[in-house]
Amino acid sequence: MPDRMETIIEVKDLKNAFGPQVVHEHLDLDVRRGEIIGVVGGSGSGKTVLMRSILGLQPFAAGEVSIFGEPVTGLAEKEELDIRRRFGVLFQNGALFSTLTVAENIQVPMREFFQMTPELMDEIAAYKIGLAGLEPSAGPKYPSELSGGMRKRAALARALALDPLLLFLDEPTAGLDPIGAAAFDQLILDLKRALGLTVFLITHDLDTLYTICDRVAVLADKRVLAVDTLEELQKIDHPWINEYFGGPRGRAALAASAPSPQGTG
Amino acid sequence: MAGVELQDSDDISGRTVTVAGRFTVRFADDYSPTFRKMEADPRPLTVDLTCLRRIDTVGAWVLHRLEQERGERGFETTLVGLEDGARAMMVQVGEACGDCRMHPEQSGRFLALLERVGRWISDGFKQLGAFLAFLGVTMLALGKVIARPRRLRGAAMFKQAEAVGVSSLGIIGLMSFLVGIVIAQQGAVQLRQFGAEVFVINLVGRLTFRELGVLMTAIMVAGRSGSAFAAQIGSMKLAEEIDAMRTIGMPPIEVLVVPRLLAAVIAMPLLAFYGSIMAILGGMFISWLSLGIPPATFIMRIQEVVPITDLWVGLIKAPVFGLIIAVTGCFQGMQVSGNAEEVGRRTTAAVVQAIFLVIVLDAFFAVFFTWLGWV
Repeated sequence: MPDRMETIIEVKDLKNAFGPQVVHEHLDLDVRRGEIIGVVGGSGSGKTVLMRSILGLQPFAAGEVSIFGEPVTGLAEKEELDIRRRFGVLFQNGALFSTLTVAENIQVPMREFFQMTPELMDEIAAYKIGLAGLEPSAGPKYPSELSGGMRKRAALARALALDPLLLFLDEPTAGLDPIGAAAFDQLILDLKRALGLTVFLITHDLDTLYTICDRVAVLADKRVLAVDTLEELQKIDHPWINEYFGGPRGRAALAASAPSPQGTG
Repeated sequence: MAGVELQDSDDISGRTVTVAGRFTVRFADDYSPTFRKMEADPRPLTVDLTCLRRIDTVGAWVLHRLEQERGERGFETTLVGLEDGARAMMVQVGEACGDCRMHPEQSGRFLALLERVGRWISDGFKQLGAFLAFLGVTMLALGKVIARPRRLRGAAMFKQAEAVGVSSLGIIGLMSFLVGIVIAQQGAVQLRQFGAEVFVINLVGRLTFRELGVLMTAIMVAGRSGSAFAAQIGSMKLAEEIDAMRTIGMPPIEVLVVPRLLAAVIAMPLLAFYGSIMAILGGMFISWLSLGIPPATFIMRIQEVVPITDLWVGLIKAPVFGLIIAVTGCFQGMQVSGNAEEVGRRTTAAVVQAIFLVIVLDAFFAVFFTWLGWV
C-alpha cells in the first residue's frame, strides 16, 4: 500500500551546536509509518540530541524537523498538544514523576488529555503495568522504591499510556538482564504488529537491532551516514560501520540472530 | 475526527450491538460505560465489529472485560468481525492485567490520624537523634581538619565564603541601612516627647551593635545560604553523588559540610559588622535630615555612648549563628531521600529551623551577657 510508506518524521538539514562544538551538521533522516528504526552511533555522536530535536525539546541552530507532517517548532499550543498526544517517549533514565506511584504515573497522560471514569483508568493502568512486564505489586510503589530495570518498564508503561502511534525509546534495554531485554524486544514487536506502531529506537544493544529493527540509521561524522536494512549496511565501507558490525560483539549478535524470525515491515 | 458509534438492536435471538468508528483511548468515555452495563445483561449478546476503523489496547481491554465478566456469569457473548490482530491484543491485555493496586495501602480515618500523630512524634525523636549524630560527625571531621590542616578543602571553602559573604553584601547593606533609618525615625518620634531626641544616637548605636545588626544578618544568611546548602546537598543526595563520593573515598562531611561550615563561620562576623555599620549610617542619615544632628557629632557621640563590649557581644554571637545556619542547612540536605518534593521540604525546614534556633540562641546570649555584666 502506498500510504504504508508515508513519512512520519522528517528531518532536513539539521544543525545542532553547543557553543563551538558542532554535534550535527546537514543531518537528514526520514522515518516511515509502521517501521522500527534503530539509531546507532558512538557515544557522544548525538543520538539523544537528535531525539530531543525531533521532540522539540532542543532548540536547533538550523534545519527543519516535522512530525506527522507538522513542523515541531513554532506551533500554536493546541496543535502542539494534539501532536504530543500522538507520541510516547521513554527517556534514558525513565524520568518518572518521583512524587507519584507507578500507577499514577501511567494515569497522568490519560488524566491530562481525556475524560475517563477512574475505574477504567485503574483498569488501564493495571494492564499497562502487566504489558510492560511488571508485577502487579509494582503499581502502588514510588519510583524510588524500584530497581533500575523496573523503572525502565514503568517508564515504558507510561510512554504507552495513550496507545501512541509513534514511540521514542532512548536505550530501552540498557541495564536490563538478557532475559528481560529479550522480553522487551518481543513486547515492542508485538505492540508494533498489533497497533501499527512506529518506533524510533536509540540503542547500543546489537541483539535488539538484529531482532526488531526494520531499518537502522548510523550516526557518524555529525550526520546520518546511512539508513538501510542491516544486511545492506554491512556492505558499506566505512571505518566505524566496519568496526561496529565486524567487531566481536557484532559478529556474535549476527550469528545469534540468523535463525530467529525477523519482524516484517 | 469522527468518534465511535454504537447501535443497539433487539430480536428473538438476543441483543446485537454494532460498533462503528474508533474504538480507542480517545473515545473511551463514549463506549466504556455502555459496555460495562452490558455485562449484567442476561440476554445472548452479539457485538458486531465489522465496521470498526481502529482499535487500540483500551478498546481491546473493554472487549476483553465484557467477554470475561459475561463468561463468569454464564451469559453468551459473540464477537463478530474481529480481526486477528485485535483478538491477539485482547488476549495480551487479558494476560497482562493482574490484581493491581494504584496507591499504597491506607488505614481508616481514626487510625490514620493516630498513625500521623505517632509518626510525627517518632520522627521528631529520630530527627533529634540524627541531628545530634550529624553534629557529632561534623565536629569530628572539623577536629580532623584542624589537626591536619592539609585536609581542608581551601578552594571550596573560599568559594562558599564568597557565595555566603561577598555576594550578599548588596542586599545585607541595603536592608541594614533601611533598618537603621526605621529605628532612628521611630525612636526620634517617641524620644521627642521627653525632649530627648539626642538619645536616638544611643538607641541606634547600642541596638545595632548588640542585637539587630547580627540578627538581621543571620536571618538573611539563613534565607540565602542555609537554603542553598540544603538544596545543593539534597540534589546531590538524590543524584547519588554523595554515595559516589563515599565509594571514591571522599568523606562527604569533610568535602561538603566542613567547607560550608567554616565559610559561614568566617563570613558571618564580617557581615554582621558590616551590617551594623550600614545600620548606623542609616541612623546617621535620618538624624541629620530630620533631627539636624550633623554626621560628625553623630560619630563622636556614638564613640562615647556605645561601650566596646557591645561590639564584642555582636561579634561573639555572629560566628555561632553562622555555625547554626550552616549545620542546619547541611543536615537537612543530607536528610533528603526519595523524591524531588523532599528537596523542597528539607530546604524550607532548613531555613525555618535555622531562624528559630538563631532567635532562641540570641535569647540565651542576652541572659548570658547580662550575667557577665556586659549590659
